[in-house]
Amino acid sequence: MATISFSPKDQYNAFITTLNEAESGPGALSGIPVAVKDNISTRGIPTTCGSRILEGYVPPYDAHVVTLLKKAGAAIVGKSNMDEFGMGTTTENSAFGPTKNPADPSRVPGGSSGGSAAAVASGMVRMALGTDTGGSIRCPAAFCGIVGHKPTYGRVSRYGLIAYANSLEQIGPMARSVSDISLLMEVLTKYDPRDSTAVDCHYSHTPDPEIRGLKIGVPEEFFGEGVDPRVASAVWDGITLLERKGAEIVTCRMPSMAYALAAYYVTCTSEASSNLARFDGVRYGPPADTKLPWHEAFQQRRQSGFGTEVKRRIMLGTFALSSGYYGKYYAKAQAARQQVRNDFLHLFRTVDVIAGPTMPTVAFRLGEKTDPLSMYLSDILTVPANLAGIPSISVPCGKSEGLPVGLQIMGPHFRDERVIDVAYAFEQGVSR
Amino acid sequence: MTDDAPISRPASEGVTRWPGEKISDIQRQTQPANIRMDFSDDEVIIGLEIHCQLDTATKLFCGCSTDYRDDSPNTHVCPVCLGLPGSLPRVNKKAIGYALRVGKALNCTVLEESEFARKNYFYPDLNKGFQITQYDKPLAVRGYLDIEGDDGEKRVRITRVHVEEDPGRLVHKGGADRAKYTLVDYNRAGIPLIEIVTEPDLRSPKEARKFLNKLRATLEYLGVFDSEKEGSLRVDANISIQPKGWFEKEGKGKEGRGRAEVKNISSYKGVEKALTFEVTRQKNALRRGQRLETATRHFVETRGITTASRSKEMEQDYRYFPEPDLRPLRVCDWAAGIVLPELPDARRARFLGQYGCSPIHARTLTGDLRLAEFYEQVAETDPILAATWVADTLLGELNYRDMSVSKVSPGWFRALILLIKEGSVTDKGGVEVLRSLLDQIRESGSCETPDECVGRLGLIVIERTGGAGDADDPVAMAAREVVAEQPQAVADFHAGKKEAFNFLVGQVMKKTRGRAKPADVNQVLLGILGKEG
Repeated sequence: MATISFSPKDQYNAFITTLNEAESGPGALSGIPVAVKDNISTRGIPTTCGSRILEGYVPPYDAHVVTLLKKAGAAIVGKSNMDEFGMGTTTENSAFGPTKNPADPSRVPGGSSGGSAAAVASGMVRMALGTDTGGSIRCPAAFCGIVGHKPTYGRVSRYGLIAYANSLEQIGPMARSVSDISLLMEVLTKYDPRDSTAVDCHYSHTPDPEIRGLKIGVPEEFFGEGVDPRVASAVWDGITLLERKGAEIVTCRMPSMAYALAAYYVTCTSEASSNLARFDGVRYGPPADTKLPWHEAFQQRRQSGFGTEVKRRIMLGTFALSSGYYGKYYAKAQAARQQVRNDFLHLFRTVDVIAGPTMPTVAFRLGEKTDPLSMYLSDILTVPANLAGIPSISVPCGKSEGLPVGLQIMGPHFRDERVIDVAYAFEQGVSR
Repeated sequence: MTDDAPISRPASEGVTRWPGEKISDIQRQTQPANIRMDFSDDEVIIGLEIHCQLDTATKLFCGCSTDYRDDSPNTHVCPVCLGLPGSLPRVNKKAIGYALRVGKALNCTVLEESEFARKNYFYPDLNKGFQITQYDKPLAVRGYLDIEGDDGEKRVRITRVHVEEDPGRLVHKGGADRAKYTLVDYNRAGIPLIEIVTEPDLRSPKEARKFLNKLRATLEYLGVFDSEKEGSLRVDANISIQPKGWFEKEGKGKEGRGRAEVKNISSYKGVEKALTFEVTRQKNALRRGQRLETATRHFVETRGITTASRSKEMEQDYRYFPEPDLRPLRVCDWAAGIVLPELPDARRARFLGQYGCSPIHARTLTGDLRLAEFYEQVAETDPILAATWVADTLLGELNYRDMSVSKVSPGWFRALILLIKEGSVTDKGGVEVLRSLLDQIRESGSCETPDECVGRLGLIVIERTGGAGDADDPVAMAAREVVAEQPQAVADFHAGKKEAFNFLVGQVMKKTRGRAKPADVNQVLLGILGKEG
């Protein structure tokens, strides 16, 4: 056991909690400082989800992935900033203040794993864990110019991940290189029977840049309305690079994209409204005012403890699940979700991976997005992978307006190896 | 006059005004005004929702022990059953297996695919803000249980059987009214519960009780339930009074008179009590011409009454949706392979044949698993005698003491029956021995042997040593004393009053402290009285 000291100047507000000294043991990640998003439970270290409502909560147990990191010898040096409970695309919705983008501190780092992305992009840590419910790993990776991978749903145990939307989210690696992503995947995918939705499918793979003959599908919808033409052009350049390396590019259609965003927001807010019900002041946060009747005390705690965006999503989800509306919203969303899955399954009969931009634009200016709806719309390209449960990686792909752009590569279920290979090939191609 | 003009009627017409009741109240409550005293054309309609704790070693979604009853609060907990952020449920297969046994024993169809759902509501004992239960895809549906109803054999239909987790428990030190704060104990959180819902097929509180007894016996025979554990059973009962035949004609879901949903009944006796109270309350309301609205009521066990709950403002929308942390259950094949043990009806038939028990004894003995097993352990002494002694005498004495048969050792009970069988103790003496031994067990947990007890109490049967006139015969001596002391009874006897003789027999028994054989007493008394006559 070695002790790694960590005393960074956190100029981008990437961390909620930093540890001055972290233990590191032998193993695949020995001596490597790793940041862990603050919605992943760490025994003895406060875990806030970027929310005031969890003030003072110190988990008595480690998330499965944290146990795995420790076993692999990694030094967990801090808990990274995030949009409250993962609800946001900018990391501005944090009770601990916004994180800034190291590529341009006047810009947001993306979200919700913005703290992890900034910590990696600024070089404070070599790797980080993020979580991705509708793009929360890939968006900040794209905005900050690093690599971020959302694994196949079920490949990484969610045990200890404080749930936002259980059926959509996955924990995944963020790093500056694809090889580091691969290295982390090897550690994180060790099976955990405590997560009933997890599958025993260990990732044990060395990235292979050979992509000759690979068929890459490019859905027209990924370059549709709302996608900044300059971003689109950078991504097309990237796709052309893959073509030069021997891949075959096939344009295709994804009709269900029209419903994806609605299906996503109904599903995630519904699940969130239920997941966040446990924060009632009885068990977490400062002692409740016991003079009040319990339901008033609950109301008061939730009113003052949750931020605006969280309250908005709880209200939306509560509405969507209400008697008389369930069929109209939640059930419809699940049907739409099945369509998205079917579209992907259909496409993967003819192509090996699907590529497109990660985000429709480059990083927003801090404070730029004030309208929640326009913020939601920016998730349009990342949510399909979560709805379908397929693996998806974002890899840096040039710049637009001097800001990083991300190329997104999606693959069939449990073919994380394949998307990582393509990302690796791309990374090799760019660096040469 | 147009069609929608209100038809006015004097408020007091045909309505009894009760003290404290405003005329406007009566107007509101009044349907066509009439006072009803006769309910012979009505019937009581009852449906039950029963929650039983499944007797597994560990909780439904984690490995915590379910044996929490004697332990300090919050000692049988882990991140999962505390509902800590990030923890995930994992289904206890044993609990599902138990539930499948119940589904099968209740003749239900096990669904091809069933699923857990979240029932969302806020309450301080609910650690996650939702309960994991089952909603539109329960484990098993459409079964029945045959019971001995009010009018003979009756088939009570089972709507559904599903599995869910028990919430925690609120504790008010010093009582709910006096405590200044509420404590929460999560030891109970996550205990597997099975919910069994019946169709509204029961027609009286007594029938409801009988159904519950049969259900309890069935669950215990299956080895999935321990009725002796405190709080292991909770019942919600729906009850209404409808015109006869209404239910058959209109069926479920049709608007009849409003029903009461009585919540929070936690004992077998309580169910009958709560329902009996409701029948009276509803009939009284109908008598007063009131309209009965469907409403939730709470049973107050200590007072034996039901009280209205704050209804509308607390009405819940549970916002059920499939539990995203668990996969659907596909357990049809598993269910098909389950072989059930002998159930109460089968055992009753066997007792009739194998032991020659009377139908009533067979029903009583098999109505409780422990009693049935106890009987089988003592039956070899003399099946019929043992049946009487277990089903009538022992059961009565146990109920009187609120004791369980599990406290009684078959060994000494066998010895007691043998003493009675061979005539060493009279029936009366046997009861005295039994009472003494049960009292000892209740006080100290153990007891002497029946032989010791008979010796100590001096209950060994008095054997006759001579005839009625024999000076040394103890029975004859006692009889002569009684005849001398009771001239009036003797005179009555001679006047032909049969009761007088029974009285004299009783007096002799008293004098011998029950140790004389009744046959001896009869013979000796008749001898003495005959001589005199």
